[in-house]
Amino acid sequence: MNDSKIPAWVSIIVLPLINILFAFAFSAIIFLAVDVNPIEAAQTMINGAFGYQEGIGYTFYYATNFIFTGLAVAVAFSAGLFNIGGEGQAYIGGLGVGLVCLGLDHTLPFWALLPITMFASMAFGALWALIPAYLQAYRGSHIVITTIMFNFIASSLMVYLMVNVLNQKGQMAPVSRVFEDSAGLPGFHTIAGWFGYCFAESPMNLSFLIALLCCVLVWLLLWRTRWGYAIRAMGSSPSAAEYGGINRKRLIIIVMLISGALSGLLSLNEVQGYAQQLKLGFVAGYGFTGIAVCLIGRNHPFGIVLASILFGILYQGGAELSFDFPNIDREMIQVVQALVVLFSGALSLMLVKPTERLFVYLDEKKKSNNTSAAEA
Amino acid sequence: MYENIILILDATLRVSAPLILAALAGLFSERSGIVNIALEGKILSSAFAAAATTSVTGSIMLGLLAAMFTSTLLSLLHGFACITHRGDQIVSGVAINMLAAGLTVTLGRYWFGLGGQTPPLSNDERFTSITLPGADAVADIPVIGLLYSELISGHNILVYLALLLVPVCWWIIFKTRFGLRLRAAGENPHAVDTAGISVAWLRYRALICAGILTGIAGAYLSTAHSAGFVPNMSAGKGYIALAALIFGKWKPVPVLFGCLLFGFLDAMAIRLQGAELPFIGEVPVQAIEILPYVLTVLLLAGFIGRAVGPKSIGVPYVKSR
Repeated sequence: MNDSKIPAWVSIIVLPLINILFAFAFSAIIFLAVDVNPIEAAQTMINGAFGYQEGIGYTFYYATNFIFTGLAVAVAFSAGLFNIGGEGQAYIGGLGVGLVCLGLDHTLPFWALLPITMFASMAFGALWALIPAYLQAYRGSHIVITTIMFNFIASSLMVYLMVNVLNQKGQMAPVSRVFEDSAGLPGFHTIAGWFGYCFAESPMNLSFLIALLCCVLVWLLLWRTRWGYAIRAMGSSPSAAEYGGINRKRLIIIVMLISGALSGLLSLNEVQGYAQQLKLGFVAGYGFTGIAVCLIGRNHPFGIVLASILFGILYQGGAELSFDFPNIDREMIQVVQALVVLFSGALSLMLVKPTERLFVYLDEKKKSNNTSAAEA
Repeated sequence: MYENIILILDATLRVSAPLILAALAGLFSERSGIVNIALEGKILSSAFAAAATTSVTGSIMLGLLAAMFTSTLLSLLHGFACITHRGDQIVSGVAINMLAAGLTVTLGRYWFGLGGQTPPLSNDERFTSITLPGADAVADIPVIGLLYSELISGHNILVYLALLLVPVCWWIIFKTRFGLRLRAAGENPHAVDTAGISVAWLRYRALICAGILTGIAGAYLSTAHSAGFVPNMSAGKGYIALAALIFGKWKPVPVLFGCLLFGFLDAMAIRLQGAELPFIGEVPVQAIEILPYVLTVLLLAGFIGRAVGPKSIGVPYVKSR
């Protein structure tokens, strides 16, 4: 990698774009295989995602989730850790939000409740990441395996709580009561109203702004603080970082706590913003999508915002697609997502060499053209 | 009481069979140095392939072949990403799991129009239970009769195959030249390379073995255990198999017992639903459900024994230049 023969902008912008194009090209083949014209499908998706205000709201509502989970994966990735447990951490974070809302929504006004729910979501999410982090740092068990196991433990725990403890008295459905109106996060249409603008009602809410704020904070943390330096140092070379006096074990714990807290914040959007009650399975794979988002966003908060919006389009557009095309349902989006992970993640090195060669070739051609021009 | 125990053990065998097959698949790939969290996706896609092919052709054998072919194909994709192109093995595994979850439903909907399910299979399109010779004759003999006719006899062929494959895999991995090299590739690939053996080709072959085994596991789910495919029917079995693999410390026989233990817990969870136990009261099903994961985490953390994986697992091999 050190003897890179290509300019930086190629490896930062062009290569990721080529990888995504490959993923989309293969998706198009699958669309063709189920008798759907991929170009029509793309048009429907973009119309569904951006064609009208409610659609735009949905796109950004999904994007909010992806920003949180994408950042969570990215922070851990920067330290060379693979946090695959965003799913469980967000789920448990939702438990925190739900408990606070159920307990305090009658007594506290919204402005007093929000800091508590934010803290609860982060604390619960971080706590769920703490055990795998401790086991990785001090007992040497592999973080990927333990976080996978903790996803399952979280899901069973939530099923137990929703079925036996938190459901409404005398009702079978595993859902909690709906929070008081005052407890819910204000929707984007309400916020727009404060400033005198009109926006159609949609699930997009205040947490989108919190997500953007988190992007800035993560950027500051990773590139402007001493901890961030230590995190990145550990990510690029654990032994050098340790030699340089960085306490590896403590740093693993810190990184995973931050990562878990970011995953936990997802539940602000889903539980306090969208559903306004606790339900089963509200994380719905967003934690795993965070991996794809982080890979496309190249571990950088700015890239993650762009990648999140891309996935927001895919999710919202995908929902629209399933109305218009009987052959397709939401699972199709998972295929696109899988191909993106495959090409931008697992096969990301595949195209490095050919692109390098192409650029060297173009470069030499330019040089020889220049010299022949000079000779003439 | 005795009858209950036999029935639970009988259920244990049935639940464990796909776990055993998948864990053996994981054994091949992880012993050669490739982390395989894609087991889940391979089971799911091969379950779909088996049910779909069988319901279209009517031949269960073609179904089994299609299952093995599909999961081998995914294995090769995994290899292409992480052996040939040195991609991250976990990322590649995640991608394969997502791909399987999405594609099975998308294609299933398109082909059969049943919301992702395949048409139900009739009994002669399935692996049905085999009554071993003499099972009916001895059924009335106390103790042994029940043991033989319920527990040992009366499973489908794939259950026996899974049990048989444990010693076979042990023999391949620990007693053959291929197995020795395979283990070496997972411990010290440079040594293998120095001996003039291709690490990449070894790992590819290990992944092909893994593909065939997960293919059988998938076919078991959709054509033996149930009669047809339903979306997400693997329901985390791939991850449980991975847990059993770690629990068995990457050794065939302990892995077998790990799978049987986790299968037993699963069978108990179903039986204990809503039942009151003496002294403890009603045990929540979820508490038993999470035991495999909790046990594996405890083991990995070194609180009950120690699980140390192959040394070079997860590291792409780069030939030094």
